[in-house]
Amino acid sequence: MTSPDDLAPAPGEAATGAEIDPVPGEWQRVSSKQVVVELVGLLVSAVFVVVGTGIPWLLSGVAWLVILPIAALVLHLAIAAFTPRRVRAIGYRLREDDLVVRKGIMFLRVVAVPYGRMQLVDINRGPVARAFRLSELKLVTAAAASHITIPGLPEADAEQLRDRLVELAESRRAGL
Amino acid sequence: MTAPDGAETRAGATGLADGEWHRLHPATPLLRGGLALVAVAGILIANLRERLVEWFLPDLFCDDGEGYCGPSDPVTYLIDEGYLLVGLGAVLGIVLVVIAFFYVSWRMHTFRITAEVVEVRSGVLFRTHRKARLDRIQGVSINRPLFARLFGAARLEVEVAGQDANVQLAYLGNALSDGLRADILRLASGARAEAAGAPAPGAAAAGSLIDRRVQELLAPELDPNLAPPESVVRIPATRLIASSVLSVSAIFLVVAAGAAIMILVLGSTVAEGFYWTLFSLIPMVLGFGSYLVNRVLKFLRYSIAATPDGVRIGYGLLSTRNETLPPGRIHSVSVSQPLLWRPFDWWTIRVNRASRTSTGDGSQQAQQASVVLPVGTRADAFRVLGLVLPELVAAPSADETEAPAHADVLERGLAGRDSDADFTTSPRRAAVFRWFSWRRNGFALVPAAVLLRRGAIWRELAIVPTPRVQSVAIEQGPLARSLRLAGVVVHTVAGPVSTHVGALDATDAERLFRDAAGAAVAAAANDRTHRWRAGEA
Repeated sequence: MTSPDDLAPAPGEAATGAEIDPVPGEWQRVSSKQVVVELVGLLVSAVFVVVGTGIPWLLSGVAWLVILPIAALVLHLAIAAFTPRRVRAIGYRLREDDLVVRKGIMFLRVVAVPYGRMQLVDINRGPVARAFRLSELKLVTAAAASHITIPGLPEADAEQLRDRLVELAESRRAGL
Repeated sequence: MTAPDGAETRAGATGLADGEWHRLHPATPLLRGGLALVAVAGILIANLRERLVEWFLPDLFCDDGEGYCGPSDPVTYLIDEGYLLVGLGAVLGIVLVVIAFFYVSWRMHTFRITAEVVEVRSGVLFRTHRKARLDRIQGVSINRPLFARLFGAARLEVEVAGQDANVQLAYLGNALSDGLRADILRLASGARAEAAGAPAPGAAAAGSLIDRRVQELLAPELDPNLAPPESVVRIPATRLIASSVLSVSAIFLVVAAGAAIMILVLGSTVAEGFYWTLFSLIPMVLGFGSYLVNRVLKFLRYSIAATPDGVRIGYGLLSTRNETLPPGRIHSVSVSQPLLWRPFDWWTIRVNRASRTSTGDGSQQAQQASVVLPVGTRADAFRVLGLVLPELVAAPSADETEAPAHADVLERGLAGRDSDADFTTSPRRAAVFRWFSWRRNGFALVPAAVLLRRGAIWRELAIVPTPRVQSVAIEQGPLARSLRLAGVVVHTVAGPVSTHVGALDATDAERLFRDAAGAAVAAAANDRTHRWRAGEA
């Protein structure tokens, strides 16, 4: 897909100054193989959605109903086209007292979680991600809205990161 | 059983918090099954009414041996077939089994309070053993449903974080539950020294049983010895009713009623339409009426006061409930003012808390448990804020000369607008997103808390104490980016208070994100509220 530029700088919009960058500096990037994982997921979804929306057209034979599957296909293609950039935009950084996670190109979101606030750390692996030996790290705090995930970490890195985070959380244990 | 054991042991006011297993009030099964028992008795009496009447007035109905007391009646059948003794025996057997089950379940339902944990064991066939760490307590509440209240019993709930995670001690005697709460809070606070002269519970409760019950029912909801009177906030009944009436649903109701009357006046040709309106109006009137009655009954005896172990909130006219929230258990606070309350300068205060009570009537109760001040003047609101966020607002001093710290910031948070030394507001270009409120929409970061100010029509100030911040997020969508705007969310535990502020200048938002994240880390490191009195002697 793209070059494995694991330490690529943030995408081009930063130059315009409009995009928020609250903690300037280098981000840890996730594996570029995550692009393939997401594309496979997207492909599966596309097959289901295109076939599903195509059923009314096939059954009724009304010509304009073909718009539905085409629209679904275009939508999936558009998402697929942005996938490499979206994966490259995922970044995380372990600062002294908190973990910062950055995600998204259109809808940008940066979250900072103090280590002491982490209640648990999950590692999830989907079937496709497992084939590429990738894992997703999920952090849970007492606030449901925090919703922090880091997809596309190589398995060894994910486990190392989890152990590191648990250790940090333990050393900065706080109440709720 | 309501009288305490008298002897004030080292374990505190009740002697129950001594690390041994204790049992609950012996009437517990009866009170728990209270309504069900009454209902069963009611059904039995209703069904046997004719038969009872017949027993006492035998010639009234069945002079010819026919009628309801014909062969289809099971009781008649039993008598006719000579199975009366068998039938009575069966009923007696069932009653005995039920009583035995109640007794065994009471025997098996025990609790223990040690210096570290509260434990409850219950269940006969399916055993439950629940244990809560005292330093994780989010609050202690005492519920007195009307039925239990008549019997002088109360349900003590030790609230811990999480959905349906509370430890319930149901039921205890009235005085015992108050004393036990004090003990639990004292143990949880980490205070090493025994508070000298712990309040002697139920000292004056002499006299006959009925006298005591009446006294308890009529006693003020808040024990006057418990809290300094200047810290108590109450709500006059007229204000409570007026504030309920001045709600949006009430205005809607008036408009609908007006429309119905118009249709009536405009002639009989639309009679059918009128009936439809009437039929839709009646449920609305009933619904609003029940809401009004519920709210008034609930909050009529509302009081909030500072006690040594936290804020105590009590309410309820028939079924009463009071909660004690130790310091640092309130995760965010919102002070808001619906438009119709503005002429009176009334405010309402809600909080987010980590524990959620899912007992009782579900979401409605959860909703009400989050209301800390149903309606109050601005002065009341400040007093309540001083109670729930003591680190933000210095406690009102007796002489009232020194202004409480940050009071002016809060004042501007409630009613002010435009940027100033503390508040940073949205730039003018944010008017696209915040048509009316862009001059008000903003934030302030004081050492103890993040203040988020929102809404010009429906004013709101959300306050998140920095030690309670779970994480901070900054967000920017494509539209906001084109206008160089961004939003910040300060995450706290879920609840009715929204802790989001949008449409800020991107640079300001970045600054808020950085400062709030840093303040959260620093505050969490210094937070000692899980053992809030450990530092004292």
